[in-house]
Amino acid sequence: MRLEPIATPTTARRIVPPMLAIAATFLVAAILAMIAGGNPFAVFGLILTGAFGSKFALLETLNSATPLIFTGLAIAVAFRAKLWNIGAEAQLYAGAVLTVILGTGALGLPIYLMLPLCALAAMLAGATLLLGPALLKTRLGVDEVVTTMLFNFIFLLFVSFLLEGPLKDPMGMGWPKSSRLIPEARLPRIVEGLRLHWGFALALISALLVWVINTRTTLGYEMRAVGQNAEAAGFAGIPVTRVILKTALLSGGLAGLAGFSEVSGLKGALTLDLSPGFGYTGIVVAMLALLHPLGVVVAALFVAAIFVGADSMSRAVGVPSYIADIMLASALLFMVLAILLTKFRVRRD
Amino acid sequence: MNTNTEAQVVLRLQGITKCFGPVTANEDVSFDLHRGEVIALLGENGAGKTTLMNILFGQYTADAGAVELFGQPLPSGAPRAALDAGVGMVHQHFTLADNLTVWENIVLGVDHLSALSLKPRLVKARIRTLSEQFHLKVDPDAKVGRLTVGERQRVEILKALYRDAKILILDEPTAVLTPQEAEALFATLREAIATGLSVIFISHKLHEVMAISHRVLVLRHGKLVAERATDATNREELAALMVGSEVTAPSIETRAPGPALLKLSKVSTPDHGAAPGLKLLDLTLAAGQITGLAGVSGNGQAALSNLLSGLISPTTGEMELAGSPVKTWSARSAIAKGIARIPEDRHKTGTIADFDLTENAILETYASRFSRRGWMDWARARAFTKELIQTYDVRCPGPDIRIRLLSGGNMQKLILGRVLEEAPQIILANQPVRGLDIGAVNYVHGELAKARDRGAAVLLISEDLDEIMQLSDVIHVISEGRLSPGFARGSMKPSELGAWMAGHGFDAEAPDAA
Repeated sequence: MRLEPIATPTTARRIVPPMLAIAATFLVAAILAMIAGGNPFAVFGLILTGAFGSKFALLETLNSATPLIFTGLAIAVAFRAKLWNIGAEAQLYAGAVLTVILGTGALGLPIYLMLPLCALAAMLAGATLLLGPALLKTRLGVDEVVTTMLFNFIFLLFVSFLLEGPLKDPMGMGWPKSSRLIPEARLPRIVEGLRLHWGFALALISALLVWVINTRTTLGYEMRAVGQNAEAAGFAGIPVTRVILKTALLSGGLAGLAGFSEVSGLKGALTLDLSPGFGYTGIVVAMLALLHPLGVVVAALFVAAIFVGADSMSRAVGVPSYIADIMLASALLFMVLAILLTKFRVRRD
Repeated sequence: MNTNTEAQVVLRLQGITKCFGPVTANEDVSFDLHRGEVIALLGENGAGKTTLMNILFGQYTADAGAVELFGQPLPSGAPRAALDAGVGMVHQHFTLADNLTVWENIVLGVDHLSALSLKPRLVKARIRTLSEQFHLKVDPDAKVGRLTVGERQRVEILKALYRDAKILILDEPTAVLTPQEAEALFATLREAIATGLSVIFISHKLHEVMAISHRVLVLRHGKLVAERATDATNREELAALMVGSEVTAPSIETRAPGPALLKLSKVSTPDHGAAPGLKLLDLTLAAGQITGLAGVSGNGQAALSNLLSGLISPTTGEMELAGSPVKTWSARSAIAKGIARIPEDRHKTGTIADFDLTENAILETYASRFSRRGWMDWARARAFTKELIQTYDVRCPGPDIRIRLLSGGNMQKLILGRVLEEAPQIILANQPVRGLDIGAVNYVHGELAKARDRGAAVLLISEDLDEIMQLSDVIHVISEGRLSPGFARGSMKPSELGAWMAGHGFDAEAPDAA
């Protein structure tokens, strides 16, 4: 068996393989559900209603998708420029830490100043965190996959230290938990009485902005050029190093916003379980979206729906919610294969 | 050895047809190759030569038709089968692993690199024997990533020879050799032919085709339009057959030098791995002249080209641009100072394959001409690209297709347009016609001559001595980073320049780049 490149793929060629990938994902999940003793149709039905079946479920899904949109965007921006940022998890926590530092009463500003300040500080924190590995990459050629990934562990331990020490809530009965944000630092709900907070809107706006940056601005053009062929970009006079650093700032900033949105919109305080791996899941989201910023929104909703739906499904029929992780992983693998099939034709010898 | 007096057919292609979507790359192509025969495959870019060879080599599957090797049908689309049957192919774009050494690359695919039975010493000894026999000088232990284009080509040829190829397919093999080296290659190819090797030779250099081949096949628009015994044809006829009409190379008469636009005095740059830097180099580029830089690949051309491209700055010595000194600069400032750069590798350095024509056309000027306050002006960029396509005769469906779908010639025309639209004072053309067909070659040369005639200083770097001698008003030879004096057009014979290229004639005390 061999792969033969296709010069000009037809529309069907571009659409059918990804569809098949999604179908294959559900097939795998169905088999696993049967092994676990569930009826696959019932399981999928429950996942679907669990994710979208009620107003509460739908809002829960949108809330869960919010941090994934941010981290997915962070990854998509970086990967486009071939900056392999695996450290969105740490950047998210950096944003959260800054939000907590500014938002727990140290500053007494009105909400219309407080929120932008916290968001900006969170972005700056995430950006700074990625700037280090980016500088190491551009100056010394240190592989950013290694540095950003290992930094996740370092930074998580640092957060743990903060929560046991300087940021520990004195009223927290000994739990490693920060004080609660003052009301001025809390993202309000979009509609009073419903759980959905403005972080979701901010995520959508961010996706739109990233899309505009990619397609309409000079920086977007430069980032794409550097990502596709750094040698040609450098030859043509595009300041490659500076573009990589700018990309790092944007990517880290977006991941930092995820931390701000989670603390300020959802949790109200910082704990060590603020993110169950949003930084890593963001990689899956970005890949499923083919690094397209608007695709990130769709992919994040898909991923969030599976997680939220699987949770409620497992409560109902006892099929473990781990099935969500498997669905996610197989979706990614099948999608990578599907993307290959949109560009190549398989020839049998 | 086989004592057949009747030359046996080693390869037979029958009715090969291959389409890529709506494009027919090959249509009903049939021919035989005999034992000990060299056939030349001639054709413009996009005529279907490479596709045909890729089908023969099993990299593509033909839509119709059959290939027969040594009387046996060849299963289609199986490179392994072609390799095992003794077909060796030297691609125009090399297929070597940069991070491996020469000998590792050569055995790759024959043996597992970690196989216990692999004896590196024996392998290297055999490579050394082959490389001596075929005058393909290369160090078996060198990392391929550090080799020059010319050396990589030698590795590719060695790779095929190492595998005991009975049929050798050479895609533009001499593009990076000196006349002497090419001559040596031909001499050994002739010997190899005498022992039964058969060769398919793809080239656009008609004198080589005339010198080495027995038969010439001409491809046009994917069809075999003519077949001639080499004895019974001539260059003019072949050129006409190839493009379908008479062609004339631009005639270029010598010009007197104008004022010096760029002056290098005692400039040195550091060595870069195996590639030497410049050694106390003096060079003046005068307005209204084409200065030719001849030399064997990997003798400092890259360093000089990088220096003038703004990618590196001189470590010592002085560089003067239109009378004012330049200490350090960048690609962007070189462009801003009016230097047009045509890079050696248009696929890797000159263009971004998956960008469309518009995005490629504005690669150098997007910041100054096609964006305002950080916003791209795509409408203007697209209009500009349409104009370039018109003016420079880039044959393509439109400005929105990815540039990887263009032929080399059309890609080069776009690059040419991109830099010449800026009316540059200094033009650096590094191997501007490498791998192009005659039509495109004449076009590029004509544009360079036009630029010279309006007063630009052109530096033409080429490993093709014919090209240098045809175009240049002044010729310098570069060897191990040192530069020969300038020779006026017609004052030197190719063999004399060849001696300089081999390193003779430079000062005895000149630094040695060992």
